[in-house]
Amino acid sequence: MTKAKAAIIGSGNIGMDLMYKVLKNSHLEMSLLAGLSNDSPRLARARAMGIPTSDRGIEAIVENPDCCDIVFDATTAKAHAEHAKVLKKLGKKAIDLTPAGVGAWVVPAFNLEENLDRDNINLISCGGQAVIPIIGAIQKVVPVEYAEAVAANSSKSVGPGTRANIDEYTQHTREGMMKVGGVKSAKAVIVINPADPPIVMHNTIFCVTEKLDEELAREITASIEDMLTIIQSYVPGYRLTAPPQFAFDRRQVTTMIEVEGAGDYLPDYAGNLDIITQAAVHVAAEMAKRA
Amino acid sequence: MERKGDKITILDATCRDGMHAVAHQFTPEQVGRIAAALEKAGPDYMEVSHGDGLGGSSITYGRGAASDGRWLAAARRELKNTRLSSMLLPGIGTMDDLRLAADEGVEMVRITVHCTEADITAQHIALTRELSMKPIGVLMMTHMVGPEKLLEQGRILADNGAEAVYLMDSAGHLLPDGVRARVSLLAQKLPIEVGFHAHANLDMHIANSIAALEEGASYLDGTLKGLGAGAGNAPIEVLAAVMTMYGYESNLDLYAIEDAADDVLRPMLGANLPNIDKVALTIGYAGVYSSFSLHAKRAAANYGVDARDIMMECGRRKVVGGQEDIIIEVAAQLAEQKKSEGERL
Repeated sequence: MTKAKAAIIGSGNIGMDLMYKVLKNSHLEMSLLAGLSNDSPRLARARAMGIPTSDRGIEAIVENPDCCDIVFDATTAKAHAEHAKVLKKLGKKAIDLTPAGVGAWVVPAFNLEENLDRDNINLISCGGQAVIPIIGAIQKVVPVEYAEAVAANSSKSVGPGTRANIDEYTQHTREGMMKVGGVKSAKAVIVINPADPPIVMHNTIFCVTEKLDEELAREITASIEDMLTIIQSYVPGYRLTAPPQFAFDRRQVTTMIEVEGAGDYLPDYAGNLDIITQAAVHVAAEMAKRA
Repeated sequence: MERKGDKITILDATCRDGMHAVAHQFTPEQVGRIAAALEKAGPDYMEVSHGDGLGGSSITYGRGAASDGRWLAAARRELKNTRLSSMLLPGIGTMDDLRLAADEGVEMVRITVHCTEADITAQHIALTRELSMKPIGVLMMTHMVGPEKLLEQGRILADNGAEAVYLMDSAGHLLPDGVRARVSLLAQKLPIEVGFHAHANLDMHIANSIAALEEGASYLDGTLKGLGAGAGNAPIEVLAAVMTMYGYESNLDLYAIEDAADDVLRPMLGANLPNIDKVALTIGYAGVYSSFSLHAKRAAANYGVDARDIMMECGRRKVVGGQEDIIIEVAAQLAEQKKSEGERL
């Protein structure tokens, strides 16, 4: 079996966490980590591990297009808007972890199969990856009129890219809930928690359904459990913190989840990195298997 | 920056923090009546929005009885000398909410974050300024970190363009010495003015407010009758009296602010008058976000557990404002625990 060659642009928290996951994946070869500063201790760390690095960002791929088949973009939405055009011209598969939203919006547990042959896949946001499958699981049983998601991440796990543009996160997550999750209206909130030791990534998803009774509640619980099995196949640390809660008078389903990371780059609490980097590597591996 | 002179800038937050105490159910008509009473009484600013800031209306934080736009418009109509201000928590509200606030005639916005998260404010402070509103930075839950950390965060807010930095004792957990240490360092070292916002959970709200002034704070928050999250805030009418006794000046008229509190606000509240009940006291003791109070009481009733147990567990988990969803989780877990203990017996 030949491995697909994978390059990563962006050496922030997400890029570094991705690198460790690519290294562990049997379908992928870690062929390049491209940042923007050669002084970066992160690039030095990669070099010490024998991984080719560059401080020229996307230019490194333009100059040496054979270095990779698949490109993970872990830079910023603004940068990816440009990168997308370049990668398309080079015929590379792009897996976009920024909120650019240029390509197909994908949550692997939910809509990967029909999007595998697309040249650009957007993974929405960490919160999107965590909450959209739950919305989807409920939608399978009964239409959801409104969904609201609160993501709490530890301060240490939220990098400068997200911090500089927090609205991009909430708006893109909200759009993902509507576009991929299929709900009519939605709200996304992010809370950054300063506690030390850091809290584990936590999400609550409130769904107001068209109707709700005991029978539907049982079906919804079963559907969420099925969805959990699928997500856990690529994000092992994803779990419910309590069974789904039902408020029949308000037709409201409350689902609370927590994502414990694999501790590859940042410690276990940073499940917000894992949920999107695991999704990215899962998509790339499926692409590699198909090629 | 240390305050020059003894004149204090006063912000009334009855129609923002007070919203927590009434589950965000003030009508625009009520907000208008409060605004008219405040206009007579003279606070420099009246803050209006959902309790969790612009865009806070939601399942998680509670639906507002009206939109932020309608509340702001109702206050705007009554104000002349008192300036209309609002609040935004990045992550909950967005820049679109700032544009709405500017359209409604808001003159100042407090961009509000937890005590270590100042670097998420750059875009919001810049846009506030661009829209010709005065940007103020606010650090919440300031008991969670020490003075040096707050100074570092205050500098980030100042660099981002905030014209003052407020420290909020969101849990009502600080004692006067803790307030002194924090306010004095920031007042001495920051290039901009400092403000303080108290909560009454441990009955330290007036003492803490005066401590902040003695250490150089320029801005102070209060609310009519102390209406606010948890056991409430510093009652603005009491501040007016005590500040005068300490020799400070403000634009408040003592009789007029007392009238606003007793004759205008009091009749609207029914049984909602804030007090240091056992849940609020636990919030102050455990260092939990004050607006959790009503949410915890509701969850306690739904799940048949003690609201104080929920708050103690939230304190242990170091939950912060915005994480109201955790209250349901903790209540469900406590109920489950209680059930399995019952079965074992």
